[in-house]
Amino acid sequence: MEKIDKRTRKKESIIQAALKLFSINGFHKTTIPDIATKLQMSAGNLYNYFSSKNILAKEIIKYTSKVLGTEIQKINMMDISSEEKIKKIVGIYFKISQEKPEMIDYFLRVYLANREVFNDGCEGMLCVSEFMTELMIFFDNGVSSGELRNQDFFSAFGLFMGYLGGMVFLKGEGVLPNDIEAYVDDIARNIYAALKS
Amino acid sequence: MSKPKLLWLQSITCNGDVHSFFNHPDFFSILSHFELIHHPLLATAYTLDDVLTGEVPCDILILDGAFRKTGFKKSGVEMYDLALTYSQKATHIITLGTCATYGGIFKQADPDNISGFCFDEEEKTECHEVYQNKVISLPGCPAHPKWLSYVLMSLYKNVPIPLDSMLRPQELYAITVHAGCIRNEYFEWKIDTKGHGLKEGCLFYQNGCQAPYTHGSCNKIPWNEVSSKTAVGTPCFGCTEPTFPKKALFKTKTNMGIPSDVPLGVSKRAYLTITGIAKSFKIKKFEERMITYDR
Repeated sequence: MEKIDKRTRKKESIIQAALKLFSINGFHKTTIPDIATKLQMSAGNLYNYFSSKNILAKEIIKYTSKVLGTEIQKINMMDISSEEKIKKIVGIYFKISQEKPEMIDYFLRVYLANREVFNDGCEGMLCVSEFMTELMIFFDNGVSSGELRNQDFFSAFGLFMGYLGGMVFLKGEGVLPNDIEAYVDDIARNIYAALKS
Repeated sequence: MSKPKLLWLQSITCNGDVHSFFNHPDFFSILSHFELIHHPLLATAYTLDDVLTGEVPCDILILDGAFRKTGFKKSGVEMYDLALTYSQKATHIITLGTCATYGGIFKQADPDNISGFCFDEEEKTECHEVYQNKVISLPGCPAHPKWLSYVLMSLYKNVPIPLDSMLRPQELYAITVHAGCIRNEYFEWKIDTKGHGLKEGCLFYQNGCQAPYTHGSCNKIPWNEVSSKTAVGTPCFGCTEPTFPKKALFKTKTNMGIPSDVPLGVSKRAYLTITGIAKSFKIKKFEERMITYDR
């Protein structure tokens, strides 16, 4: 058991190091030896954990989806209104973009920009299912309670996540005049206004 | 050995369950094991007037149709009172069809006062307390003829019938109508049908099919020996459920595209996870027509 835990922990440390390098330097400019050096291990040893850079890239998107999905799941489990949940989801998304910018950057700058890497094994929603599932639960609960308007899933999803992704992108470009967390209230209000029944 | 005495008593009903049972291929053979005291459409030893006296013999009582305590009279006799009279006499009571079990279609006319015999939709009625130990629920609109023959012949042969909390035989209702559906491959890969009556596609996602959360064995024991609603490309209407009838039966109720009801016993989170994964793949076989006639 201890051996498995140790291997799991090592894999996670590789994922976290690679996540940073990929999101800062880009997928193609980052090599396995770069990641290994950062972790003070040999490239050969790293291949024992991930047999290719593409496989590592796919594991990273699953990892980030799980982290975000777990955070939204916590919000979904709260006994609060959809309006309050929206504010919390926007808050946690922007907080992660501040504290762990590589998580969001990876999605925007690696996952979406290098679809050829993810075509085989990450088709459709396959590698982001935990994140998507929690958003579906959020929308479903909101419509069931009568608080949100019933509409096509993707029209609501695009409005919500496109908006948040766009803001984080602007932050990354350094064009936002204020700290991103200063926008939480306004953006949550805008999203709620667009989605409410 | 004398034959068990069978009394078929109707309250307010459309006769659907009577006609359904007429379609049983072994109809006469099954009835030959019983002394038919009274039947609404067949000639029997006792007339309806005899039955209304409350005096005719009865071992197995089939209750058919929905009940209201007052106002459902035949020749001046309240059918609810008559049902109570024969329920005390009978050794076994079968509530046949969704109306007799939960209230069903007829309940819609007067939802506050019309119900099934032991259940008012999912709520227990006062009869449940008194008769639960001899009642067997056979909901369905109509009930499948072989569901009734399974119960009658089990009673005749004194074979135990395990029941669930709604007094339904587990043999018939422990599975859902989804079990055995010939469209299961399409359900697995989340591919909806492009129209009613087509051989291809599942009816769950857009076309209102309630089979994955409806208790029943319609796809285990085919109707008319050969078919079922879903087999021919019509959605299951959930007719065996206490919630029957719902509205808009040909359209799946969704919340932002997400089915509001998911398969029985499966959490929405688990269902959506599996769905998201399955939808991510394009399976060529399931995009094509099953049969091509122009080669």
